[in-house]
Amino acid sequence: MSPTSNVDHGPYDGLDATDPAHWAFGTGFADPLDGIDPHVPDGVDRVALAALCLRLGDEALLLSHRLSEWCSRAPDLETDVALANVALDLLGQARLLLARAAVVEPGVVPELPAGSPVPAEDALAFFRDPPAWTGSRTAALANGDFGHTVVRLFLASTVRLVVLQRLTGHPDPVLAAVAAKGVKELTYHRDWSGRWVVTLARGTRESRRRTTAALGQLAPAWAELLDRDPAVRDDVEAVLDQLLDASDLERPDEGGELPDDLPDLLAEMQSVARAHPQGRW
Amino acid sequence: MDDLERQFEETVARHDRIEPRDWMPEGYRRTLVRQIAQHAHSEVIGMQPEGAWITRAPSLRRKQVLLAKVQDEAGHGLYLYSAAETLGVTRDELEARLMSGAQKYSSIFNYPTPSYADVGTIGWLVDGAAICNQVPLCRTSYGPYGRAMVRICKEESFHQRQGFELLMTMMRGTDEQRAMVQESVDRFWKPALMMFGPPDAESPNTARSMAWGIKRHTNDELRARFVEMTAPQAEALGVTLPGNDVDWDELKRVVSGDGPCNAERLAHRQQAHDDGAWVREAASR
Repeated sequence: MSPTSNVDHGPYDGLDATDPAHWAFGTGFADPLDGIDPHVPDGVDRVALAALCLRLGDEALLLSHRLSEWCSRAPDLETDVALANVALDLLGQARLLLARAAVVEPGVVPELPAGSPVPAEDALAFFRDPPAWTGSRTAALANGDFGHTVVRLFLASTVRLVVLQRLTGHPDPVLAAVAAKGVKELTYHRDWSGRWVVTLARGTRESRRRTTAALGQLAPAWAELLDRDPAVRDDVEAVLDQLLDASDLERPDEGGELPDDLPDLLAEMQSVARAHPQGRW
Repeated sequence: MDDLERQFEETVARHDRIEPRDWMPEGYRRTLVRQIAQHAHSEVIGMQPEGAWITRAPSLRRKQVLLAKVQDEAGHGLYLYSAAETLGVTRDELEARLMSGAQKYSSIFNYPTPSYADVGTIGWLVDGAAICNQVPLCRTSYGPYGRAMVRICKEESFHQRQGFELLMTMMRGTDEQRAMVQESVDRFWKPALMMFGPPDAESPNTARSMAWGIKRHTNDELRARFVEMTAPQAEALGVTLPGNDVDWDELKRVVSGDGPCNAERLAHRQQAHDDGAWVREAASR
């Protein structure tokens, strides 16, 4: 191979132009729902639809945030990349869902001072106080070790996958499309986290001890997720049983309560946005 | 000079690639391992200063852009460690040399990032400087390194434009945001100039690396290219660049381990490595 081939359209190209817009070429993408028909079909309850989008969007954003905290801290580079992938998928879902909630029912968006440049998705993410959030405690739960992270991700993605599968036929075409996209992503998240749970459970004595402990600590998370979506119980219980069987792990007792880590999460996530309420980013 | 050595010299002279199975002088191999490993370590340590802002990014779009960028850096680290492995070292050995201080990483990542504007400035200036250094490496004489650099440079170019775009957006925001941008540029300009290494007169390895086709331009040539490229961009942004007079003793101090964040960066890396040991061990069963 000639050493000069494949470098012809060099990265200098973007740097040497004289037009300022060229120096930011390819980076300007705006509204996540840009180009999508905002129309809500007749007969769809807008308040209920907005609440559903918000609930699914909050859940995705909170879990994405926790996964993103692993960045530069994962057990190896491959895992760092994989965790960021999952976090980015969920963040993408969150953006679409929060933006859709705001279009369907603008009343859900917190009011900001007149002239505020903050888009609706960001008003929802950065200017809502903890009581207005509708995600689970499981999603907001502070990270533990890597075993805790993959067990939590497995539980959350098992439930979310079934929830999204059922929403692919929703009468709102935007929500149905987001769900269809999400099903592909969640299938991978469940597979990736499930394989890690099995690997750790069957790995060393130490990894098995940690995985068993994570499963015990997260037993109330499983209970919470099923309480939020009781209709999917049978489907998801079957998947959990399969995983426990493959991992040779016992099902833990469901007792215990989850701490509410949402206020701490939001205090950090919202800090810069709230320090500059008129800021443009 | 024997046949193998002559063949090597001829390959380099006609600007062709040396491949892993080819004979190469031991010094060439050592220089490449040092340079590629240093580059890989820079990508991995470089995840930290910006990564620290992922949880506080002020819009969902910025959170997405930043997380994807830091993820790209992990990917660059992977390609580069793989390129180094073709020279007969393992990633574990290289990581151990990073943590013992035997191998270095770019001095720039030893500076703190106290402001969100630093995310934009790192993209604009630090990735911009990295591109000036790295584009010529796409034509470097060692095949696996050159090919890794082609892809890395394309991604770095995107990061550079994203950084510029963040600063441009902030400059159109509030007075406070404009002040944040200028303050950040004031802190990063000279450290960015130092990324090209010491002046040519004080760079002992340059001549040898150029003869071997590992390096294609001297430090001062690349630094001048960067300054020339950046000046009109600064004007378009509406920021003032501080002077180009660099304190080379500062570079020596930072490289030798005495920069503002050296200890913190290595401690973070060591902690992640230690915390993940049980996972890696379980996965290797």
